[in-house]
Amino acid sequence: MSETRFQRRKDLPSTHLLGTGTPMCAGCGGLEAIHQIYDILGEKTVFINAAGCMTMLSVYPFTPFRGSWLYTAMASAPAGAQGVRDGLDVLLHKQRIESEEDLQVVVLTGDGSAYGMGLSATSSAIERGLDFLYICYDNEGYGNTGQQYSAATPHGARTATSKGPRGFPGYKKDLFAIWAAHRPAYVATVVGAEPLDLARKIEKAKSLKGPRLIMALSPCPTGWHYDPGESVAIGKLAVRTGCWPLKEYVDGKVVHTKVPHQRPPIEEYLKRQGRFSHLFQPERNELLLQEIQARVDGYWEGVI
Amino acid sequence: MKRALLTGNKAAAWGARLANVDYVPAFPITPQTEIIETIANWIDQDEMDCRMVTLESEHSMLTAAGAAAATGVRVFCATSSQGLLYAMEMLYTVAGWRAPFVLVNVSRGLAAPITLEPDHNDVLAARDSGFLQIHCSACQEVLDSTLIAYRLAEDERVRLPVIVNMDGFYLSFTREPVQIPDTKIVNQFVGEFDPENIRFSASAPVSQAVAVLGGTPYSYFRYETHLAALNGLAVYDEITEEFANTFGRRHDAVEAYRTEDAELVFVMMGSFATKAIDAVDGLREAGWAVGVLRPRLLRPFPADHFRRALAGKRGVAVIDQNLSMGKGGVLHTELASALYASAECSPVVVSFIGGLGGRDISLEEFYEMASVARKAIEEGCAPPPRLLYTREELREVRKLQAIANVEREELGQKK
Repeated sequence: MSETRFQRRKDLPSTHLLGTGTPMCAGCGGLEAIHQIYDILGEKTVFINAAGCMTMLSVYPFTPFRGSWLYTAMASAPAGAQGVRDGLDVLLHKQRIESEEDLQVVVLTGDGSAYGMGLSATSSAIERGLDFLYICYDNEGYGNTGQQYSAATPHGARTATSKGPRGFPGYKKDLFAIWAAHRPAYVATVVGAEPLDLARKIEKAKSLKGPRLIMALSPCPTGWHYDPGESVAIGKLAVRTGCWPLKEYVDGKVVHTKVPHQRPPIEEYLKRQGRFSHLFQPERNELLLQEIQARVDGYWEGVI
Repeated sequence: MKRALLTGNKAAAWGARLANVDYVPAFPITPQTEIIETIANWIDQDEMDCRMVTLESEHSMLTAAGAAAATGVRVFCATSSQGLLYAMEMLYTVAGWRAPFVLVNVSRGLAAPITLEPDHNDVLAARDSGFLQIHCSACQEVLDSTLIAYRLAEDERVRLPVIVNMDGFYLSFTREPVQIPDTKIVNQFVGEFDPENIRFSASAPVSQAVAVLGGTPYSYFRYETHLAALNGLAVYDEITEEFANTFGRRHDAVEAYRTEDAELVFVMMGSFATKAIDAVDGLREAGWAVGVLRPRLLRPFPADHFRRALAGKRGVAVIDQNLSMGKGGVLHTELASALYASAECSPVVVSFIGGLGGRDISLEEFYEMASVARKAIEEGCAPPPRLLYTREELREVRKLQAIANVEREELGQKK
């Protein structure tokens, strides 16, 4: 990443493009990431949105975006991106618009759409080589409906539909690997709490053509049950404890952009969130904590 | 102008080609597939300057169609049956975007049981979506209606997507002589697509299809769409008048056959209405004063056209090639509501269901329906809806059931 213009924190954009006063919850980690992403992508963009929290960004007659927006449906935002991209290409090809009028097409969905209902549309958009950027804000559950578990929910987390003593019995789907298996131009994980890493990745994605997919871990005060002021700290801990690996897939290879060599135990991350409180109270669930730790350790053993 | 033998599918493809469509998102489904194969072939041969993309589902296809129309290009797509239902969420959605484009639906019965042959339950499921609907009874009409549909969809008083419907197999795979009009004259008639304020571009950012909070803005936009659809009635009449003057073929909102002096009128949609026309000729020879009305336009519903055409008539036999479970025929309900409490127009309205899943309706059955309707006129009271089925058909089904039961017994299962 030596060619990046983002060498240090002070290189990050100082003017912010996304408007304030949106209906997102205080401390929304998804909005934090989108703020940073938008500053780099700029206003010559059209956001194609699927049903989720961020649908509430554009509520008639307001929008925080300086560029354009199209809400589609939960399952088919990548198909909406296909229609807009093709439409723009036709207009350019038939010289009905000037090239300065062209737009970067950006899909914006939550994990509910990305990991589940919209995966078929995403898979085929990648397979068709669609020139688009996909941003998934991953708050690890159906957040906009009150945090029921989704295919992105981590093992053991309590959600509105997994309130038992062991939390969610399933395991978070490896969407990064699924996306990368399609061999798109670019895949990356980011988190708003690591703005320099995020900026470099969005800068790289912006410079490439073809399908480029970004998943942003989105700490969620209302769904994960913690104080909104903790969002950045929790995002940082997700990276430091190794449960949210920062990585990118490009040219057929996966590269970790921030390897946490001294990983604090995963419980440092878990115990700050109400959704994992049943692992500690009324008594410590040592077995489950060990299992979660072992999965994180197992991941990094395969990396380093 | 040239004349060719074309299937309904080919006629639809010619409609898209003559309308100079820019973009065709596609997904194959029987019996629609020939339409997209034809267009794909023309694009490969450089006979059409158009972009075509195969999506992974009809839901995505309709999303791409609406999104491209919302970006400012002329869009065509086609589907059928299960595909139309798979796309249903997006039919409602893109109509709400006020994105004008044309969707050809090749009607086919719906599962379950799964089948390939036609009836109208698929397209009628889209009745309340905001798409306008034109129903065809001949291959020529499919081509002509596609051209008319672009004018209707793009008209500034309407700005809604339009479905052009044809019956699977009976039209999709039946060759009929079709006049293919000259490109130049069609270009003048259809014109260029003016996206007006619906487009995406860097210098004029716009948010489309945003959420609303509360019933007040929601109702406003829904009412707007309804009123735009209603505008379609006068706009359709205007366009078809111009079409008749330009091409010499009339495509009235409600087609009338020998109705002027008729006492009893059959009302039917789609290609099976041509069977009713045959039956009317036979009945006329026998001295019965009967005629046929065929709505080409189903949405917006041409209620005034019906009231005018049925004024003074004594009876109407509505033959529905669809079935709303637990209610009956959809067209019957639509027509009955249009005629209810009308002073000058209060015929006895009798309901028949037939032609489901491509089942034929024979001349004899039309004669029988005429008798039932005439009896209803005399008694001043309509009988309950009649499901057309013959003793012979029941015998055939009993045979199939007998085979199924023999197989079950063989496997030691209970009947």
